[in-house]
Amino acid sequence: MSAESLALISATSPVSTAAGVTVEIGGIPILLRSDDAEFRWMVEQRYASFVNTCFEPRYQFEIDLRPPAEPSDEDAHVTRDGRLWRFERGDFRAEWDPQLCRGWVRQTPNPYSIDTILRIVHSLVLAEEGGFLVHAASAVRSGSAYIFTGVSGAGKTTISRLAPENVAVLTDEISYVRRGRNGYRAYGTPFAGELARVGENLSAPLGALYFLEKGPANRLEPIDDATAARLLLRNILFFAHDDELVKLVFDAAFEFVSNVPVFRFVFTPDSRAWDMVG
Amino acid sequence: MSEKYIARSPAVASRVLDGEIVIMSAIDSTLFSLSEVATIIWQAADGQTPLSEIVHKRICAEFDVSPEEAYRDAEAFVEDLAQHGILRVSSKPLEIDIPVVLEDSWA
Repeated sequence: MSAESLALISATSPVSTAAGVTVEIGGIPILLRSDDAEFRWMVEQRYASFVNTCFEPRYQFEIDLRPPAEPSDEDAHVTRDGRLWRFERGDFRAEWDPQLCRGWVRQTPNPYSIDTILRIVHSLVLAEEGGFLVHAASAVRSGSAYIFTGVSGAGKTTISRLAPENVAVLTDEISYVRRGRNGYRAYGTPFAGELARVGENLSAPLGALYFLEKGPANRLEPIDDATAARLLLRNILFFAHDDELVKLVFDAAFEFVSNVPVFRFVFTPDSRAWDMVG
Repeated sequence: MSEKYIARSPAVASRVLDGEIVIMSAIDSTLFSLSEVATIIWQAADGQTPLSEIVHKRICAEFDVSPEEAYRDAEAFVEDLAQHGILRVSSKPLEIDIPVVLEDSWA
């Protein structure tokens, strides 16, 4: 892809008047504009409770739809050129200027492209403020949020499926962590995993992070900060191998584990596992 | 034997926590956790001190190991990190901005 073909947004570009859908995840509203009513409907259905018409969007993206093509399973390629971010995969190309609060997307009419773009944008926004997206389930119980991460097959989906009625599942796939003045909060996300279920659109202060392992009996073990940071970094979503970004996320992981209780959670996959949480 | 000079790459994030150094490559996000000996080599990688001097003065002086074995292990370690862009290796002294290793600033 040539640099010329990507020079698609500038300070003088007119703002589109196309209708749009505002998707608010983690308290960050992003307006997705498209002339295509069918695509807008698809976005509304996919993001359901995360669609919000009340908030002024922080960012807006113009979406230019192209003819359908085979879905791509390759990794997205994310690069920075000055203040401009570029995202590219077989099924989409995008640019985003955080200072202008605007972006442009050219994609085929499928829900997966914009889903990946939203994940990338949120991961970049969070990195700047000491937060991150992490491969993890998360849930709220009695006003506190708990994050469950681990290697593939460790039990993220299982622990979500076992959640009792008084627990609100924020996600079974991608957890959303923001750092604020009063500490860390976890937010619900629409990024569904095996449960194919959109998370609850709510947030709560973080109570603990658990590294899951399936075992013969339920038990919690403390983890030292260095080990916890290493394990956490293996699960944080990195879309861009960018010097500055990697350092931000690296530092964010160490600061997180020094401020939030972290445990190894060996659990037997039945409902009693939740007796150990909170 | 040609001399080797090693320098920490600026394209890394690193931190010492509980005496253990953890490094992440900004090039491929690979995460490294260094042993005690590897930590000594990493911290001494200023681009100016020959690897043989680091091995002789810092490793052989502290550990019960022969100079040949220590140098062989050090070379393997250096090559491994260099492949991930974490260390720079040259036959001449290196003049680059060496990143500071943060020492457990939140502990």
